[in-house]
This record gives sequence, structure tokens and C-alpha cells, in this order.
Amino acid sequence: MADEVVVFRVWDSPFSYRVELALALKGVNFRRAEEDLKNKSSELLLYNPVHKKIPVLLHAGKPIAESLVILEYIDETWKQNPILPVDPYERANARFWATYVDDKCLEILWRACWTRGEEQQKCISEAGERLRTLETALEGKKFFGGDTIGFVDIVVSFLTPWMEVLQEMARIRLLEEENYPRLCRWVRDFSSCDVVKETRPPREKLVAFFATLKPPN
Amino acid sequence: MGSDLPEKGLVLLSSWASMFGIRVMIALEEKGLEYEYWGQDLGNKSATLLRLNPIHKKVPVLVHDGRSICESLIILQYIDETWPGADGASCFLPADPLARSRARFWADLIDKKITDAGANLWMTKGEAQAEAKKEFMESLKLLEGELGEKPYFGGETFGFVDIALVCFASWFHTYDVSGSLNMEAELPKLMAWVKRCQERESVSKALPDPLKVYDFMLILKKRYGIE
Repeated sequence: MADEVVVFRVWDSPFSYRVELALALKGVNFRRAEEDLKNKSSELLLYNPVHKKIPVLLHAGKPIAESLVILEYIDETWKQNPILPVDPYERANARFWATYVDDKCLEILWRACWTRGEEQQKCISEAGERLRTLETALEGKKFFGGDTIGFVDIVVSFLTPWMEVLQEMARIRLLEEENYPRLCRWVRDFSSCDVVKETRPPREKLVAFFATLKPPN
Repeated sequence: MGSDLPEKGLVLLSSWASMFGIRVMIALEEKGLEYEYWGQDLGNKSATLLRLNPIHKKVPVLVHDGRSICESLIILQYIDETWPGADGASCFLPADPLARSRARFWADLIDKKITDAGANLWMTKGEAQAEAKKEFMESLKLLEGELGEKPYFGGETFGFVDIALVCFASWFHTYDVSGSLNMEAELPKLMAWVKRCQERESVSKALPDPLKVYDFMLILKKRYGIE
């Protein structure tokens, strides 16, 4: 099909999830091409020769790589239910927070769950500061995007269920209600959206999957 | 330099050697925009800078009518979207979403691969430096491949990726010497592209003297206690 939309993804990746959520928000039909990252398909290597990673969006035979780049492409190609605001300053704000999450939050949150001992305490402390900063972006708003889910909400989606599962397994609580009331409320509101419920990976499956990964020494 | 920001108009907080600040200067010049330049001492950050960019505490920061925008590629898009120009003719990003996604992809690669690898060429030695050299040269070769036979990354017009990369041009001499790279021989098309970009007033005005940058690097090395 000439206009076919394909997402090269893995079911447990929060990055390919961003792409699927954005397409679902816009009501765009797409095919999922599941990848085995230990045995990448020749198609994936053809469509993303530089990074060889998922997600890749294939639209009418043309590939787009890097989740934030893909989100902008989706918003510009399918105009219904906009993900980014119209105003350039608000757009800059949304981009700022999205890159803040990717550059400053993801890795430290991951490490807080997988390290142990003194290093873990340091990671937890640093992660806490980053979450505190992120929370300021929610001031006076239901979602990062305002009344409806937007660009930043999609990018922060790894907080639920991925971070919830990881925290449980690591037996730590980073997102305590009393310390992060806005973020905790966001998790509840985001999770209760139909489009999120319909697209996110099942929690139990993630629990089983993460249980097979060994924490780094 | 006053500490009061004007209510209206543009102010750029930057530092002369910052490639990210240079990106914004080029962008503002390309659009023919008037702005105040507030040079920053990054070894002793001003209260104004810390107030305007409390999260990252970095340059560049663009202030427009009192509101601050941070992160150079985000600033570039803000400038492009706020002052699109007639028929989008002077836009940095092309009109077509696929072409825009490619431009964003390559700009993202530049930020991820060139910045740190370039810095590590002069900040590190031995194995770490060899690793940096490999990543730096491989990434530039990829970019040279993407440029192909086009005059600019944007095609016939100077655009987003051109601005995102040419800002490093004044640092190429420093990288070349520190890493023993011989970029002129290894990347002839890219070096020709640099010269082509330097013919543009916006670029030649913004790029500092490469020898001045080299001396600055030596000062930084001393400051950080690097041998």
C-alpha cells in the first residue's frame, strides 16, 4: 500500500511506544514490525543504517528515525489532534522539556533502579532532583500539554508503567505522593486516558521481562 | 552591560567561543534581525544568566520580549517559526515534513556525536582520545556523505543543518592539531563546504579566529588541570 505506515519497534521499548501513542492519538492506522534486537532485521538496518535502532517510522516507503524527530514528523504530517502547540514560544517550551527528559532524566532514573549500595543512593538523590525540576513544568496544568496529552506527555510516558515496574522490582519509591504530588497526579490522569490504556504494554508482561534482566554489577 | 533586560526586542547571552552561541548569531544574521549581544564569562556566571537559564546554566540564551529560550537547536527553530520570512523563502527548515525530519535527524546526530567527541580530542589522551578520534571522524564522514554534491546540506539553500555544523568550523583547527586528524585531506568536500559557508556574511561575522580558539583551548586545559 502506497501510504502504508509501519513502526519498527520492540514491545517493551518506551521509545517505540512514544511513536505508537502519537499515531493512536491521531487515529492513524499502522502496522507493527516487531524487532529482535539481538538479531536485527535487514529492513531495520536498511532504514536506519546510522544508528541501527528502533523506533523507525516507515511512511510511504520513506524511513524516519529518532523518536523525537518521528514525533515532529507525525505532527506535521497528520494535522488532527495536534501534539505540539501552535505558538512558537510554547513549542520551544515543549521541545525544551522533551530534551530535558531524554538528556537528563532517563538514564539517571534507570540507574537509580539498577545500581545498588552507595552508587544507588547517589543516583536516587540525583534522580529526585531531576524529577523535582520536571514537576515544575506541570504547574497549573493537568497534562504537560495542557488540558490534553501533548508532546511532553508522550515523551514522559515511560514513567508509567515502565518506571513503576522498575521501582517495584528495585524496591525503591522515587515518585512518592508527598514529594511529587503533581507528577503522581499526572501518572493517574495519564494512565486513565483511553488511548493510553489501549496502547501501553501490559504491566505483568513488563514485570516478567525485567525480571530476566540482571542488574549491572 | 546593564542587568535590566529590555521589555521588547532580542538579547543574546553567549560567549565568543561557544559554537552553540555561534549557531544563534548566524541564525539572527540570516534573518536580518537586530539584537543586543551580552557576552558571558562562563568561568564566573552572571546572576542574569543563572536567572534566565536556571536548569542548565549555559549559553546561549535568547531573550525575546523578556522571555528566554534555551538550547541552541530549539532557539534556531524558534527563530525560524517566529520570523518565517516571505513564502518561507528564508526558512532554515524546508517545508516538506520528510525533508524536515532528515534535517532534524542530522542536527541531532551533530549534537550527539560531534560535540563530545570533539571536546575529547583535546581533553583526553591515549585510548580515550583514540576513541574520540574514531567517533569524530566517522561522524563527519557520514555528514560528508549526506552533503554529497549539494552546495549546502539544505540543498541549494543554506539551512538548519548547515548552521548546526558550520558553528564548529573555528574549532576544526584545534581538533585537527589535538587529534592529529588532517581534516583537509580526509574530508575535502566538507572543508569545501566550510569555505562556501564562510562566504556568507552571517557566518564570517560569527566565526571567531581559529587561532584565537586554539589559544582559548590551551587556557581551558590549564583551568581544568589537563596536561
